Amino acid sequence: MSIRLHNVAKHFGRTCALEPVNLDIRDGELVGLLGPSGSGKTTLLRIIAGLENADREPAGRILFGERDVTHVHVRDRRIGFVFQHYALFRHMTVYDNVAFGLTVMPRKHRPTSGEIRARVHRLLEMVQLENFAKRYPAQLSGGQQQRVSLARALALRPDVLLLDEPFGALDAKVRQDLRRWLRHLHDELNFTSVFVTHDQEEALELSDRVVVMSNGRIEQIDTPDALYRAPANRFVFEFLGDVNHLEGEVRGGTLTCGDAHLSVALPDGPEELLLRPHEVKLATAPTREAHLPVTVTAISPVGAEVRVELAADWLSEPWLATVRHADFEQLNLTRGQRLFAVPRRWHRFPDPARQALAPETAAALS
Amino acid sequence: MQRIGDAPAVRRTLILAAVALSALFLLLPLVAIFAQAFAQGVAVFWTNVSNEYTVAAIGLTLFIAVLTIPVCLVFGVALAWLVTRFSFPGRRILQTLIDIPFAVSPVVAGLIYLLLYGRNGWLGAWLDTHDIQLMFAWPGILLVTIFVTCPFVARELIPLMQAQGSREEEAAVTLGAPGWTIFRRVTLPNIRWALLYGVILTNARAVGEFGAVSVVSGAIRGQTNTLPLHLEQLYQDYNTVGAFASAALLALIALLTLVAKASLEWRAARREVHA
Repeated sequence: MSIRLHNVAKHFGRTCALEPVNLDIRDGELVGLLGPSGSGKTTLLRIIAGLENADREPAGRILFGERDVTHVHVRDRRIGFVFQHYALFRHMTVYDNVAFGLTVMPRKHRPTSGEIRARVHRLLEMVQLENFAKRYPAQLSGGQQQRVSLARALALRPDVLLLDEPFGALDAKVRQDLRRWLRHLHDELNFTSVFVTHDQEEALELSDRVVVMSNGRIEQIDTPDALYRAPANRFVFEFLGDVNHLEGEVRGGTLTCGDAHLSVALPDGPEELLLRPHEVKLATAPTREAHLPVTVTAISPVGAEVRVELAADWLSEPWLATVRHADFEQLNLTRGQRLFAVPRRWHRFPDPARQALAPETAAALS
Repeated sequence: MQRIGDAPAVRRTLILAAVALSALFLLLPLVAIFAQAFAQGVAVFWTNVSNEYTVAAIGLTLFIAVLTIPVCLVFGVALAWLVTRFSFPGRRILQTLIDIPFAVSPVVAGLIYLLLYGRNGWLGAWLDTHDIQLMFAWPGILLVTIFVTCPFVARELIPLMQAQGSREEEAAVTLGAPGWTIFRRVTLPNIRWALLYGVILTNARAVGEFGAVSVVSGAIRGQTNTLPLHLEQLYQDYNTVGAFASAALLALIALLTLVAKASLEWRAARREVHA
């Protein structure tokens, strides 16, 4: 079931939580709403669910498929909602939690108790908790509780599954497992899902498309790949990963900053370039285009890469570079070592007020 | 490792002081009441208790309590629901208003009601022309008792419902549950112990209220005399044994209340351990 939002806005008193937004989510899509806290992502999710009413002025519309649900009550929207802190019924067993939605159906639509039992057991099997049916929520781990919460939300076979920071309160390992498991479940059962997260890694890993939000606005809607390669603006670029800044003055095709300089094909004037850590190469000598002397201040091997922290007089904030273990060994890196940074590529997002230029990304330099 | 104040001598002294004070100020008076009540034997106690006026006073007291509890229950739940589940202008003021009956002296409360509903009162004149008498009759006693006891249930529920939040109710509504079902199957089970506790406190206060009731009751023997008022009258009449017999009855109700409260707490604690 597709979800379409048209001109949906939300104010809490005088504060604007959500500026009028338009959003199209296709049938069967898994979409992540990504943004820092206060960006309006949870408000947007709760409006889709019907737990929050959108502003009356301007009059927005919410459509599930062809059904206009703008004025439909939550309980009639046929959604499944998974809460950040699970919100399991604490006085009910796992079984009763999952069965709740079925047992409160109007008598004439309600399945027989035998059918309910069968369906709940199937759901518990699906979330691998069939042996925990008689337990109470407080007797389960966080990950188990969230799986119960998912089973409960899926019991009524909703058209739309909405998840509010579903893995936010769990530890890293459990989070990984649950993420993969949710992706699998989504592909298998083929419902439309929208989830909220502030973790860019989670959004990029799990979503078909990501909606990046800040200050109640949608900044960009794109596939994770496109989002990472072609961020629409500086906010998106900075929010999606670590960023190194290079600020300086361009004169005759050379950007200068203290004793560092870099050849750039840009007009004269002040300039700020942004680089991802993996776009910074380390070398023992400067190149013709780049002369960026740095000193290694910290080295931490994290997983597949080594993170190297770099400092220099011409840098206001230290840079971060990631190098492969092979390169790390070849360079024989030690703390205090003096090297030269060579940008593989860089990005710039000109201030739209100063220069009416489209954001652009430079090609490789070296 | 030894904590501050954990030296054996300090500990023993403190425990001894606590026990001595409790015995002197709490236990001794209670024992004295029963001792006085039975001072001239069980037979005399029984004659006093089964006295026509005492029986009438017991009846009225229980009657008022039985009517007060459901009113306070509904009022308390509705109020707690309102201030914890909705946000609206004046919510904080409302939460402060709940405490007025606690802050105002019961005698003052009684006088306010007399001023409002008495024959010469603001509303009393109108009531009088329609032949409705509230003051110096049981409806007046009921009104002031409700006034005095109405914060108990709400005060028990509000902190609990605030702490629990509305997420479970939201979960229930996304699962399609109608409002009443949500209350019955999600809200009520989560607040039932606090609710019962509030009812116990309400009952204790409703039975024992003296000040407010004494102003509006008129204390007509056999008609508008509650047990605390009756007790006072007996004492004024130098019927010490009679007074203490009534006092023993009140103390007994208080003790039963305490037992009920303790067993609730015990059950709640046991639930915690199991959960």
